Amino acid sequence: MSLLKYESQIREPLVDGNKDYHQITEDIIRPIEMKPSRLWYIGFYISVALLLFGVYSIYREVTYGIGQWNLNKTIGWGWDITNFVWWVGIGHAGTLISAILLLFRQGWRTGVNRAAEAMTIFAVMCAGQFPIWHMGRVWMAFFVLPYPNSRGPLWVNFNSPLLWDVFAISTYFTVSLLFWYSGLLPDLATVRDRAKTKLRKLLYGVASFGWTGSTKHWQRHESLSLVLAGLSTPLVLSVHTIVSFDFATSIVPGWHTTIFPPYFVAGAIFSGFAMVQTLMIVLRKVFALEDYITLGHIEAMNKVIVLTGSIVGIAYITELFIAWYGQNPYEWYTFKENRANIFSPYGWSYWLMMFCNVVSPQMFWFKKLRRNIVFTFFMSIIVNIGMWYERFVIIVTSTYRDYLPSSWSTYYSPSIYEIGFYLGTFGLFFTCFFLFAKYFPVIAVAEIKAILKTSGEGYKRKMTDLEKADSDKFYIDEVEHAH
Amino acid sequence: MAGGIKKFVVGCFDDEAVLFPAVKKVRRAGYKIHDVYTPFPVHGLDHAMGLRETSLHTAGFIYGITGTTTALTCMSWIFTKDWPLNIGGKPHFALPAWIPITFELTVLFAAVGMVLTFCYLCQLSPFVKKHHFHLRATDDLFVMVIECTDKTNDAEVQAFLQDAGAKEINIQHAETGWWLGRYDREQKLYRDTELGY
Repeated sequence: MSLLKYESQIREPLVDGNKDYHQITEDIIRPIEMKPSRLWYIGFYISVALLLFGVYSIYREVTYGIGQWNLNKTIGWGWDITNFVWWVGIGHAGTLISAILLLFRQGWRTGVNRAAEAMTIFAVMCAGQFPIWHMGRVWMAFFVLPYPNSRGPLWVNFNSPLLWDVFAISTYFTVSLLFWYSGLLPDLATVRDRAKTKLRKLLYGVASFGWTGSTKHWQRHESLSLVLAGLSTPLVLSVHTIVSFDFATSIVPGWHTTIFPPYFVAGAIFSGFAMVQTLMIVLRKVFALEDYITLGHIEAMNKVIVLTGSIVGIAYITELFIAWYGQNPYEWYTFKENRANIFSPYGWSYWLMMFCNVVSPQMFWFKKLRRNIVFTFFMSIIVNIGMWYERFVIIVTSTYRDYLPSSWSTYYSPSIYEIGFYLGTFGLFFTCFFLFAKYFPVIAVAEIKAILKTSGEGYKRKMTDLEKADSDKFYIDEVEHAH
Repeated sequence: MAGGIKKFVVGCFDDEAVLFPAVKKVRRAGYKIHDVYTPFPVHGLDHAMGLRETSLHTAGFIYGITGTTTALTCMSWIFTKDWPLNIGGKPHFALPAWIPITFELTVLFAAVGMVLTFCYLCQLSPFVKKHHFHLRATDDLFVMVIECTDKTNDAEVQAFLQDAGAKEINIQHAETGWWLGRYDREQKLYRDTELGY
């Protein structure tokens, strides 16, 4: 057999342990078939409690109006839009893992893509809440839809970045959902065919759409995944680009910059990977999936974090430099006084952001730290705090001292219902994620099977002799004969 | 959509490395492979079976350009003909500003259209039920199904599969199409039918 079919031993195995196909099915599907652990229930109930608090906060906001939040005349976007951008950004890592890494043929994506895609979908669901409830009179939310309404017929403004956002976020959600679910079909069929109880057979039978595993279906499935990946790749870049246009197309100092699209996209992937780390480190432990989400996977993701973190760092510094070099007094004032001046009201948030996003990820240049699970988990939280502050800094420090100095004294801090809304989206996110982890295969079973023979530890070990024979042959043919 | 009841010889393999030569042998011997059911996409199996390439991606392209044209025609008709809204004195035909929405609709149409086409071609839908030749075809077995005609000597086919390395061989009468059904119920369709064999 040709060596070209195999992966070199130098590459770390992606599936640890001596697995066969059936063992993979067992390992990944078993948690679905067992009663959830006590920890699962505790986590789930906490999430539901947070969700309910969020629902109450939204109820207050809808009933009594936007005044329930501490937004004021200059700060029209506060925590809500900060949270919106933060959640959308988190979603981006899932698409990056499932689509961009598929196009780049990165085998390690198979271990984490399913859960990361689920994370994308739930994060986008959370993100979508903020602009919708921010509308205040939410019963008029359908005004954003492009239809000739009764006042004219007047249409929506297709030249507005806020409308682009409507299209971008809804497309992103739909495409991510389709991509995720089409990938799930074969694995749901696996659960269905193993099912012992009638109820499980019924539910997974419905959910798996009658998938059989026919070769022709697999051929179409492969083609579908590849094209959806090809579509999702520019889509994910466009989504955060368009989100950044919400700011960049305005004339607010601190927002009106051309660097925003790439800088937002890098930041989104940065924070998204941090969230993937947070979830995966817990998931692999709770479901005993250490053989499938290995230290190698965690290290690979940490490498992405240090790369994107550094891009974000360069963007911060470029932005600061251009603010000075551009000679626009308003722009420079925003950067110098509202942000970089640590004694200004929000100076602390700028430097917190700098520390979390630029300084701390540099620790990942050390291999020891990249492969340290506790440190990675800690860092993933730090990065997400940092990225939340990035959006907060952009939104609040640019607007709290506007062109009208008489409104400068207003200091914005959120009300309990603004915080409650944010906590509520955490509740929504984790409620969904706990349900997903309980009822769906958290790792793409079929995809792991497809890479087993090239990247499984057991199979790699068998390669030792073959590889040695081949290198000996190479030596004899090429090196010795040359002399 | 009933495809009719047919008789099949089913051979299960536990290794794709054995399956590949077996597929070639079976085809060379002139037997008709109904399908091979695998737990994961086995690369090159479609070629080995002589299946033609899928044109799903072409359909995707057509859906995509439909999205592009829909977005552009709608926006230009609305902003130049139906209601030319004055937005800061800017041109009514504001092509650069329409690029984001045009792009999003291209992706949306292509993705939704392709997934629907995929489901249609593979006849996948909730509440659709199909005959499964082996439950472990979604776990760890590669199930080759050979269709029998009047002239097929099924003992010969079974011996042939045995020779090719199949671990488990049996004969099944099965409905080839799909029907509306549930996986928690026994399938009634072909059992209730008089078999003509």
